[in-house]
Amino acid sequence: MSIRHALLALLAEGSKYGLQLRQEFEARTGEVWPLNVGQVYTTLQRLEREGHVESDETERDGAQRRYRITVGGERELDRWLRTPPGATPPPRDELVIKVQVAVRLPGVDVREILQVHRRRLVEEMQRYTHLKAEADPDDIALGLVVDAELFRLEAVVRWLDAADARLRRLPATPPVAVEAAPSDPARPSGPADREPTESTPAREGARR
Amino acid sequence: MSAVLSLRQVSKVYGAGNAAVHALRQVDLTVDGGELVAVMGPSGSGKSTLLTIAGSLEEPTDGEVLVCGDDVSTMSTDAQARMRRRAIGFVFQDLNLLAGLSAVENVALPLELDGVGARAARAAGMRVLEELGLAERAAAFPDDLSGGERQRVAIARAVVGDRRLLLADEPTGALDSANGEAVMRMLRAACKRGIAGVMVTHDAQLASWADRVVFLRDGRIVDQTASTGPDAMLAGDVAP
Ligand SMILES: Nc1ncnc2c1ncn2[C@@H]1O[C@H](COP(=O)(O)OP(=O)(O)OP(=O)(O)O)[C@@H](O)[C@H]1O
Ligand SMILES: [Mg+2]
Repeated sequence: MSIRHALLALLAEGSKYGLQLRQEFEARTGEVWPLNVGQVYTTLQRLEREGHVESDETERDGAQRRYRITVGGERELDRWLRTPPGATPPPRDELVIKVQVAVRLPGVDVREILQVHRRRLVEEMQRYTHLKAEADPDDIALGLVVDAELFRLEAVVRWLDAADARLRRLPATPPVAVEAAPSDPARPSGPADREPTESTPAREGARR
Repeated sequence: MSAVLSLRQVSKVYGAGNAAVHALRQVDLTVDGGELVAVMGPSGSGKSTLLTIAGSLEEPTDGEVLVCGDDVSTMSTDAQARMRRRAIGFVFQDLNLLAGLSAVENVALPLELDGVGARAARAAGMRVLEELGLAERAAAFPDDLSGGERQRVAIARAVVGDRRLLLADEPTGALDSANGEAVMRMLRAACKRGIAGVMVTHDAQLASWADRVVFLRDGRIVDQTASTGPDAMLAGDVAP
C-alpha cells in the first residue's frame, strides 16, 4: 500500500493534525501498513500540491497543521480501492522447484519431502490460527491479515496434497521429464530414480 | 493431564487374503484431557477407521484401546455401550440428528438414554445450547435449522453431560469458512474445559485449530506437528 493512500484513508475518517496523522500511521504500521513513517510530512506536502488534501495554516510546520481530504482526494482513494493489486506474476515458486528436483533425484522419497513441507506449513498455520483464536473477535484488522496468511498457506498445503496424489497415481513409471527444471543435475531418469515405497497404490482400486 | 484416549499398536484389517485392506497399521496415539488433536490424511488413509475404533464402535484387529485408562476389550458389551453414552461424544459428517425431535430434545437425548430425568436432561441441553449461541433456536426442529445451526446442535449433543472424549469426523462438513470457524471455536473451547478431542479432516485450516496435528498415510501415523497443547512435553507418539 502506498503511503499516499494510507494517509488519504486516515483523513477520510475526518480532518487531522500532521502529528496526529504520523502517530496514527505509526500505530497501524506493521499491523496493516508496513511503511516508512519518515515520509509522512513530505507525502502530505505532495498530496496538498496535487489538491488531494488541504490545510488552513500554511505558515505552521507540517506537524501542527490541520489537514482534511478534498473531493479530489476522496475520488483518488476510491480509484485506488478499485484498482487491482500489482499483477506481475510471482517468480517460479521455490517449493515447486524443490519438488521438481526431488522427483528426479534417485533414492529420494518424494512423498516424505512433501510431508516435511506439509508439516512445516501446518505448524505455521497453527500459529496464525491460535493467534486468531486468542484475539479479540472485534479486532478486524488482525483477523483480515491472519485470514489472508491462512488462505495463502492453505493453498500451498493443497498443492502439496495434489502433488502427493499425482505421485500415488504414477507408481512404477519413470519420472516425467519436467519442463523448466532449473540446472538439471544431469542424472539419467530411469525407473530406478524413484524407489517404490511400501505405500504402493495397489489397493487404490479396492477403495470405496 | 492424564490420557483420556490411548491407542497402542492398533491395527485394523478389513477382509482377508488377497482382498485384505490394512486400514490401520500399528497406530500409537495418546490424547490428554484438554487437548485437541487433528488427524489429517488423504482419502482412504484410515482416518474414519481410527475414529470408529477410538470410539469402540469397531474392534481393532490388533492392539489396545484405552479410554480413561480402561482397556475397552476387557469390558462387557453393556459396559462398552454405557461408556459410549456417557464418556464419548460423536460428531459425524452426516450429523444424525433425529428429525422428529427439537434441537434441545436432540441434545438432551443421550442423557435421557442414560437414565437422567427428562427435566434435568433438558436443562443440561439448554445450558449447552446457550453456550453455543443457540438458545433461541432450542425449540426448532432440525429441518428448520440452517446447516451451520444443525452442526452446532450436533456438537452440543456431543459435549452435553460429563463427556470426556469428543470424536469428530469432518465436523464442519460443507460449511462456509465463517461457520466452520464458529464450529472450530466451539470444539476448541470444549477441549479447553478439559475434554479430549480428536478431529478428523483433510482441511489444513480446520486442522490448524488443533493443539497437535497427526498425519496418517496408508494407515500409518507418519508425522505430527509439535504440540502447542497444555502438556507440550508429552507429545511423543511418533519416534523422530
Ligand atoms: N467396513 C469396511 N470394509 C472394508 N474396507 C473398509 C471398511 N471401512 C474402511 N475400509 C477401507 O479402509 C481404508 C481406510 O478407510 P477410512 O474410511 O478409514 O478412510 P478415510 O481416511 O476416512 O477416508 P476419507 O477421507 O475418504 O473419508 C480404505 O481403503 C477403505 O476402503
Ligand atoms: Mg472418512
